[in-house]
Amino acid sequence: MSHGEHSRELPFWRKYIFSLDHKVIGAQYAVTGLLFLLFGFCLMMLMRWQLAYPGQPLPWLGGLFNEQSMVGGIMLPEFYNQLGAMHGTIMVFLGVVPLAVGGFGNFVVPLQIGAPDMAFPKLNMMSYWVYFIGGVVMFASFFVPAGAAQSGWTSYAPLSDIASFGQTMWLFGMVFLITSSLLGSVNFIVTIVQLRAQGLTFFRLPFFVWAQFVTAFLLLLAFPPLEAAAVLQLMDRLAGTSFFLPTGLVVSGKLLEVSGGGNPLLWQHLFWFLAHPEVYVLILPAMGIVAEIIACNTRKPLYGYKSMVYSVIFIGFMSFVVWAHHMFLTGMGTKMSAFFQVTTMIISIPSIIILTALLLSLWGGSIRFNTPMLFATAFLPMFGIGGLTGLPLGLAAADIHLHDTYYVIGHFHYVVAPGTLFALFAGVYHWFPKVTGRKMSEVLGKIHFWLSFPLINGIFMPMFIMGLAGVSRRLYDPTQYAHAQPTQPLNVVISICAWLLGLAQIPFIINFFGSLFFGKKVGQNPWQATTLEWSAPSPPPHGNFETVPVVYRAPYEYSVPGEKEDFIPQTERK
Amino acid sequence: MQHGSQEEIQKQVRIYIAVFVALAALTVITVAISYLKLPLIPAVSVALFIATLKGSLVALFFMHLISEKQIIFSVLALTFVFFLFLLILPVLS
Amino acid sequence: MSTSLIHYISKPHPVTGITNAKLGTWCFLASEVMLFGALFSSYILLRVGAPSWPHGSELLNVPLATLNTMVLITSSVTMVMSWASLAMKNFSKYRLYMGLTILLGIAFLVVKTFEYGHKFQHHHFPSTDTFYAIYFTLTGLHGLHVIGGILLNTYFLFPGSALWKTEPEQFTGRIECAGLYWHFVDLVWIFLFPTLYLL
Repeated sequence: MSHGEHSRELPFWRKYIFSLDHKVIGAQYAVTGLLFLLFGFCLMMLMRWQLAYPGQPLPWLGGLFNEQSMVGGIMLPEFYNQLGAMHGTIMVFLGVVPLAVGGFGNFVVPLQIGAPDMAFPKLNMMSYWVYFIGGVVMFASFFVPAGAAQSGWTSYAPLSDIASFGQTMWLFGMVFLITSSLLGSVNFIVTIVQLRAQGLTFFRLPFFVWAQFVTAFLLLLAFPPLEAAAVLQLMDRLAGTSFFLPTGLVVSGKLLEVSGGGNPLLWQHLFWFLAHPEVYVLILPAMGIVAEIIACNTRKPLYGYKSMVYSVIFIGFMSFVVWAHHMFLTGMGTKMSAFFQVTTMIISIPSIIILTALLLSLWGGSIRFNTPMLFATAFLPMFGIGGLTGLPLGLAAADIHLHDTYYVIGHFHYVVAPGTLFALFAGVYHWFPKVTGRKMSEVLGKIHFWLSFPLINGIFMPMFIMGLAGVSRRLYDPTQYAHAQPTQPLNVVISICAWLLGLAQIPFIINFFGSLFFGKKVGQNPWQATTLEWSAPSPPPHGNFETVPVVYRAPYEYSVPGEKEDFIPQTERK
Repeated sequence: MQHGSQEEIQKQVRIYIAVFVALAALTVITVAISYLKLPLIPAVSVALFIATLKGSLVALFFMHLISEKQIIFSVLALTFVFFLFLLILPVLS
Repeated sequence: MSTSLIHYISKPHPVTGITNAKLGTWCFLASEVMLFGALFSSYILLRVGAPSWPHGSELLNVPLATLNTMVLITSSVTMVMSWASLAMKNFSKYRLYMGLTILLGIAFLVVKTFEYGHKFQHHHFPSTDTFYAIYFTLTGLHGLHVIGGILLNTYFLFPGSALWKTEPEQFTGRIECAGLYWHFVDLVWIFLFPTLYLL
């Protein structure tokens, strides 16, 4: 990291550990997020053994687990449930969002708007460390008696109310993570509103910034109800209240000695009020990343930029009124089911507009198929499949058959795994030169892509078939059900693809760390891109820009007729 | 944040005192009405109405919303809409 | 430090017309609206679903809570007066009003402690029934916010007030933002009080 106009050197711990610089904080978020993604992936690879070969002892690794998790290498159901609940929690809250928003958002947004840093650097630093503490609490929960949370990432009451201590740790962990998100979202909103460079009007913002802006509002306004819900569940578990415990609840043959009068559905409403906007938090930054990379590598402006902006704003708003489509089977009555079904159908429209605009942006482009572009282009059909398979789930009648089956798992993983995760990989390859001043290896990158792409489809496509056959999710042993036995061979296919996909990440890990030292050195603008971050040195110093940028142009002036170069940076005078 | 000259602030202070008196009066009124033990729906409507009045006075004058810029109103209007969703939809479901 | 390059800390942005801190504070308050909104929503759901629900005055001390309401409203006045004093460049008046605000906040908590103590003495706990559960949780979370406000204000009364000497405009802005938070805490109580005690 080069130094700007410092008159005194900061000590190591203030320069790199408790740094106030958005670039360092962004890197901290990104690396921590990537490590948690890897950890969450490992949890899933363990689950896949039990699903492919139920009741079989785990070879080689079985001995590493104590009696609480595996007996003779055979996974216990309780441990399977812990793996399931924590895989979801870690991937969503400790992996994807910190990487997409905390990592990419923090690093790129101030640069793309021509600002020297985020509006509140100290708050930014605090957000990261509060996230870190939340992560430690979640990780530590595996090692307490009876293990980690095991009531699903959704922690439905009343099961979660009476679950073991790991659930309490999950709740405290969530409080830290939610606080971190709230502090971060305030920072993003104020930064984007107040610190844009001169000439950078809202409709000259790169789509990535718009996506992060809407995402910040989702985090700001949707997370607090889950914080409230966590407080209520902690009260139930620690203070003996019955917010979510109905009267007359019998556990293990005994009547539960609580006041009763609570409502398990209250938890579901409060949880999904956040968790639905949360899935848009997972996808919007990814769409932003893909938009940037497609514009740059087609050497063409984005098709329908204005429509995309209005669509992303509309998605943000609508995402607050669709949540009960996760609750169609709770006995809501046809009027409310119809209401949420209609809003859910409506929200698919702006998503389709954005996807179509991105697809049309490819038409007539002079396409450079480098690694970021491969991942970004793959995102399009993958998100398409994820989105389309969401439609039957959003229709209350079809959802009766599909709810809580593997179809749901297939749907949401398509959006988030070959969807968001591919976009995040694309972002890493695309912005690595800006962060480090070096390019990643194209050879290793292409190997990473061409292995990951078929394997990830091999994992999630069969799940639709299993779901349609009625196989439920969160099953420790699918073969105990007659209707699940015909699709059991698919479980073996999925598991093998999952383990191979794990191996396929090795080229990426080697590439990431190797390129830090041996990657080809590059200058300011190795991709010949137009947006402001490419007007700063690679890597940018403190304060980011040598001279304060002034913006004269729209964000994607590629291949402008009559111009010598096939791109014009936003800072170039007209 | 500049809010103006000494005279303007003095005028503000007079307004603050007036708001305080109004808030105190409304508090007394809302407690008095509660002793009437009205049926639930009128009781809730009246109590909510008075509370909204009091809250608006605090927001408009103590929190300076009456002279605030549009961007703040946009954030608050959005929040208020979502707040209504959160309040109304779960109990209807 | 690159932070010296960040604009609109003391002077408002030419287009939006506000400082960063003010926008940030309002955004934070928006999230708090959603937090308490979720708890009010829970109250509605629990009460509507309950076979019976007591009238607040049957179980809670209305006169004491009315006093507390007046205490909090008064503290809001002293809070805005502390900001107005700074706007009129009167630092000692600022200290007086801020001190009063803190004392009134503490008074609120003292009254609350009496209320809670009385409940516990009569074996009424959050676990007793859902009325007490939501009562303790709502007022408890509100009380935590009062404590937070008192700590913030105390910081601005003592160590934080050093900023007045070097950056009076920025300090005045900070007190305005602290005021926004404190008024919000008052606002929540304005809705909490009738909901729990009068209905």
